[in-house]
Amino acid sequence: MATRELMYREALREAIDEEMAANPTVFIIGEGIAERGGSYKVTEGLLAKYGPKRVRDTPIAEAGMIGVGVGAAIAGARPIVEILYVDFAMLGMDMIVNQAAKFRLMTGGDGRVPFIMRTQGGTGGGVAAQHSQSLEALFYHIPGLRVVMPSTPADAKGLLKYALRQEDPVMFLEHKHLYMTKGPVPDGEHVVPFGVGDIKREGSDVTVIAWSNMIPRTLEAAEALAAEGINVEVIDPRTLVPLDRDMIIRSVLKTRRCVIVQEANRRGGVASDIASIIQEECFYEMDAPVEIVAGMDIPVPFNLTLEKASVPQKEDVVAAVKRVLHLQSLAAAAE
Amino acid sequence: MGAAATLQNAPSREFLEKLFRTAYKIRVFESEGIKLYRQGLIRGYFHPYLGQEGIATGVCAALSEGDYIASTHRGHGHCIAWGADVRKMVAELLQKETGYCRGYGGSMHIADISKGNLGANGIVGAGTPLGVGAALANQVKGSDAVTVTFSTDGASNNGTFLESLNLAAIWNLNYILVVENNQYAVSTRIEESTRETDLYKRGLAIGVESHQVDGNDPLAVHAVMEQAVATCRAGKGPVLIEAKTYRHMGHHVNDPGKYMPEDELAYYKARDPVDRARAALKEMAGVSDEDIAAIEAEIAAEFADAVEFSKNSPEVTPESFREFAVGY
Repeated sequence: MATRELMYREALREAIDEEMAANPTVFIIGEGIAERGGSYKVTEGLLAKYGPKRVRDTPIAEAGMIGVGVGAAIAGARPIVEILYVDFAMLGMDMIVNQAAKFRLMTGGDGRVPFIMRTQGGTGGGVAAQHSQSLEALFYHIPGLRVVMPSTPADAKGLLKYALRQEDPVMFLEHKHLYMTKGPVPDGEHVVPFGVGDIKREGSDVTVIAWSNMIPRTLEAAEALAAEGINVEVIDPRTLVPLDRDMIIRSVLKTRRCVIVQEANRRGGVASDIASIIQEECFYEMDAPVEIVAGMDIPVPFNLTLEKASVPQKEDVVAAVKRVLHLQSLAAAAE
Repeated sequence: MGAAATLQNAPSREFLEKLFRTAYKIRVFESEGIKLYRQGLIRGYFHPYLGQEGIATGVCAALSEGDYIASTHRGHGHCIAWGADVRKMVAELLQKETGYCRGYGGSMHIADISKGNLGANGIVGAGTPLGVGAALANQVKGSDAVTVTFSTDGASNNGTFLESLNLAAIWNLNYILVVENNQYAVSTRIEESTRETDLYKRGLAIGVESHQVDGNDPLAVHAVMEQAVATCRAGKGPVLIEAKTYRHMGHHVNDPGKYMPEDELAYYKARDPVDRARAALKEMAGVSDEDIAAIEAEIAAEFADAVEFSKNSPEVTPESFREFAVGY
C-alpha cells in the first residue's frame, strides 16, 4: 500500500478534515483552535475551510465545553471538543462520567452519545504536576466510555476517523511528545476500528505491551535488546477500551513472558488490569511472573531530572525484559 | 424586564383546555404516584413536581414539534407537559421492560430522544450544558429549533450554570433557560445560598435577555415563553426566564419538608397553578363544572389505565440485561 510520511498532528488534522468534509454534523470547539489553529496545530486551516459555525473558539470553561459537546452529541451532531491538557478535563468529569458514559444505559439503549474529547497527556519538558498526567485509568474504569491512545500517525488518523463514525463517547488521548513525530500513513481512506491491537514489532522471546508514547520508547529498548540477541515482541492495544484481549493472550501464550509498560503511575493503573487478564488466561503457560514498568506513585515533579526519574525510561524496559527472562538469576547461578 | 407580558388576544377555549389538561395530568401523576410509592410499587427516588405544574405547562405550550427540552431530577411534570406517554412513564417507575428506559433509568432519567426530550437528570445543574449543546447542534445543522433547559434555583449556584449560559450567549443560540425558583435547594433556603435572590439578574449580568414571571400562573408563563421563543427564532437568543414558585411538600417523597414555614406554604397553595388553570378555563372560556369534572375523570382514567398496563407488563430480566451489557 502506498504511504506518505506525516507528522502525528498532520495525520489528526487529515482525519478531522476528511470527516468534516464527509459529514456536515461534525464540528470542533476548543480553546484557541480556530484562527490560531490550536496549541498543537492540529486544527490549522480548518476555520478557513469550514467556517466559524463548525470551528469555534471557546472561553476557558472546560465543564461547559465538555457539557455542550455531550449535549450536542445526544441531539444528533458529532462534536469534537479539544481540551488543552487531560489535566483540565478533570473540570468536566461530571459531564464525562455521569452524563456521557451513562446516557446509553439510562435511556435503555435508545440514547447514544457520539461525543469525542480530544486531549493530550503525559510528561514532557518540565510542564510540572498539573500539565503532565497520564489519566487513562480514570476513564478506563468508567463503563460506557471508549479510551483511545494512538502511538503513531497512521493509528492517530485511522482511529480518529473511526471515532467519528461510531456511537459512543470517546476519550481520544494523544501525547504531547508525539505531535511532531513522523510516520507512514496509508494513502486514501484509512480507518482503524476500535478493539483491534497492532503488533509494532514481531518477536518470540518476550511480549512487551505498551501504548501511546511508551511505544517508541519500548521499540528503542527492543532494538537494544536485539543487539544482545533477545527477540522482543512489542504490541500496542491502541484502544484500551475496548481492549484487544485476544491479541494480548495470543502473544503471551507464544512468548510465555510479558512486560507491561505504562507512563501512568502504577497504583490502580491499566497495566494492573491487563496483568490480571493475563494471569487469568495464561497462568499455567507462563515461564515468569508478569512485570509492570510504570510511573512512580507520586505527582510528576517539575525538575527535569526528577521528571525523567518518575516515568519509565528505555533502561527500565530493558531491565524488566531481562528479569522476566531470569537473566540476572541465571548469571548469578553461573558464578 | 421583570413582569410578564400581558396577553394581546383572549386565549381560545381549546388553548385553555390544553393548559388545564396538562397541569391537571401532572397533578394526578404526582399525587397518584406518591400513593403507589407508599404502597411499595414504586421504589428508589421520587421528586414530586406538585405546586410547580404551572411552569412546565406554560413553557411547553409555547414550543413546537422539533424543539428540545432538558429536565431536572424533578422531571415528571416536564415529560408530561412535553406530551410523554403516561403508560411508558408509569411503567418506567414500576421498573418494567415497557418503560421509557426499559426500567434501566427510573424516575430521574426518563428521556425520549426521538421526540427531543433530552431527559431528566440526577445531577443538579447538568441539564444546562446538555441543553446548550442541543441548541449548538441545531445551529450547526441549520435548524431553527429551540431548546429549553428546565433548571432550578439550586442549580444556579453551580459553575456550569454560568459556563453554559455564557456559551449560549456568545454563540447566539436558540436557547431558553427556565429557572424554576422554588426557593429551596433540597432543604437550604435561597437566602442562604445566594445574596441576590432575583435569579433573572444572573442573565442580565452576562448580556442575556432575562425575565421574571410568576411560575404559579400558567398563562403568564406561556406569555413570556412565547416572546422568548420569538426572540430565539429571530436569531437573538438566548433568553433566561426565572419562574418563581414553591413546592407543596419536601424535596422528595420521603422528606416531610418541616423546614418549610406553614404560612409561606399556605400563601403559595392559595395560588395553586392547577386551580388557576381550572379557573381560567371556567372563567375565561365559560366551561361548566360538569365539563371540567369530565376532563378530570378522563385524566384519572388515563392514569389508572397506565398503572394497569404497567402492572401487566413483563419484568426486566438479568438475561436480557447481560445481552445489553455486551460490548460495554
